[in-house]
Amino acid sequence: MFFNSFLNALPGAVAQGLIWGLMSIGVYITYKILDIADLSVDGTLCTGGAVCAMMMISGHNVWVSMLVATIAGMLAGMMTGVFHVFMGIPPILAGILTQLSLYSINLKIMGVANKGLPSRNYDVLVSMQNVKKMPITENTLFIVLLFNIALIVVLYWFFGTELGCGIRATGSNRKMARAQGINTNMNRVIGLVLSNGIVGLSGALLTQYQGFADVSMGRGAIVVGLAAVIIGESLFGKLLKHNFALKLTQIALGGIVYYIVYQTVILMGIDPDLLKMLSALVVAVFLAIPYIKEEYFPKSYLNKGVKKCSK
Amino acid sequence: MLEIRNVTKVFNPGTSNVKVALDDLSLTLNDGDFVTVIGGNGAGKSTVLNAIAGVWRLDAGSILVDGEDVTAMKEHKRAKYLGRVFQDPMMGTAADMNIDENLALAARRGKRRGLGWGITKAERAGYKELLAQLGLGLEDRITTKIGTLSGGQRQAVTLLMASLQQPKLLLLDEHTAALDPKTAAKVLELTDKIIEENHLTAMMVTHNMNDAIAYGNRLVMMHNGKIILDISGEEKKNLTVELIMKQFNAVSGETFANDRTLLS
Repeated sequence: MFFNSFLNALPGAVAQGLIWGLMSIGVYITYKILDIADLSVDGTLCTGGAVCAMMMISGHNVWVSMLVATIAGMLAGMMTGVFHVFMGIPPILAGILTQLSLYSINLKIMGVANKGLPSRNYDVLVSMQNVKKMPITENTLFIVLLFNIALIVVLYWFFGTELGCGIRATGSNRKMARAQGINTNMNRVIGLVLSNGIVGLSGALLTQYQGFADVSMGRGAIVVGLAAVIIGESLFGKLLKHNFALKLTQIALGGIVYYIVYQTVILMGIDPDLLKMLSALVVAVFLAIPYIKEEYFPKSYLNKGVKKCSK
Repeated sequence: MLEIRNVTKVFNPGTSNVKVALDDLSLTLNDGDFVTVIGGNGAGKSTVLNAIAGVWRLDAGSILVDGEDVTAMKEHKRAKYLGRVFQDPMMGTAADMNIDENLALAARRGKRRGLGWGITKAERAGYKELLAQLGLGLEDRITTKIGTLSGGQRQAVTLLMASLQQPKLLLLDEHTAALDPKTAAKVLELTDKIIEENHLTAMMVTHNMNDAIAYGNRLVMMHNGKIILDISGEEKKNLTVELIMKQFNAVSGETFANDRTLLS
């Protein structure tokens, strides 16, 4: 029984995981490359979804709607960037301020807290009804997979360019970057814009997938993003660590694993109200691992040597 | 080449920790000058270099590089004129990036960074040759993360990076202070070689009086944000530690007491 429903839910979980994986790649840009924990994504995800829903409801083409949703996300990222870089607000606080503003903005965009976008009435690109659909070009699973691949290819190229390398240097060592003539302020804004654009796009996909946009749909998105990054790194890090494209791939895989676990937990009958707390705790544990290792289980080469000698 | 005109910088103004780091300081460097800068803790040695690099705004005065007033120019804009090596070996390179990527970043100092490749195949081959000249075996490891290198290796690469795009002025901020004596000597030799080969104008802050005497054509001593000694030419060649200390006592009216400087 359980196994049957698990198999049934699997394609949906994978598709949803890939959409969140897309968002997590956006989070990766700020969190890992720029070394900023950008909390604005909680708002941006909904902004992308809300813009996409409203555009489609007012009769626009799905591609145009997703493009505008992406641009809306980029603008939100720019807002955080301006708060942080040009107004000197610490990045976490800048993100929170954007996130809060976006709550109002998202309500204004939709006019209500929840806006339906049923797939039977609108010509959506992805939907939970279509995860097993054939032909494959209309299959949601396949389409979100393509989105992930395309994004990874584009980012692989971008972070290999002069500008992209400058952004990586900015995240790695700002003092050094400036000494090499890199405009670290501008790069941080560009990184935030890029990241939130991706999050906006995944919000648009998520809205189509679930058939509605909701003002609280982005709540905890940053935690899911971090979870995907961390799960991806810890499960696949040893296999796929050397190449940037593979690093991004492991995040998408992390998103899938997260959603499979999520679905499993739901099927096991755990109170869904507790899920956000569980996600937060899982991320907390993973984030704590490096610290705990260092603090409580230091690698003592000296002790090892002594043990060997006593044998 | 470099003109520092009446520069003043006060840290923590209006608090009990107020510190006049640079006090109406003026200094002119000629083309090809290799100036060593010495002085006690808090004399303002590193502050001068930071002022030139544009790390923060000056409170008064102006700075000219090659006749161009750079006083209002942002740090990353000024970078096109400056090569910089810091005291902390971690500071000069991007630890998460490969050796060749770091060199490629430095090769683009002062240039527009667009959507062209951040590093090309041809560049990689060139960097291999340059690294081979360091004699550290780094030429076979150009795609390793620079964070895995030792402090001395990183300083050597940073020096290479600073000279990759010929800077008008090379700023060395106690760049051997964090290294063990043997490595420090090697990096210092390399510094001298790079300055000589590229005919660079350079300022080197050091706490080691012997190094300050042995290297460069000019020696500047700082005290309380001012330059109190400026020795060049024949006089510089005949300097000894005792002579410097005697002069210091005469000029400042204090006894030079700094264990770190005396002992090293």
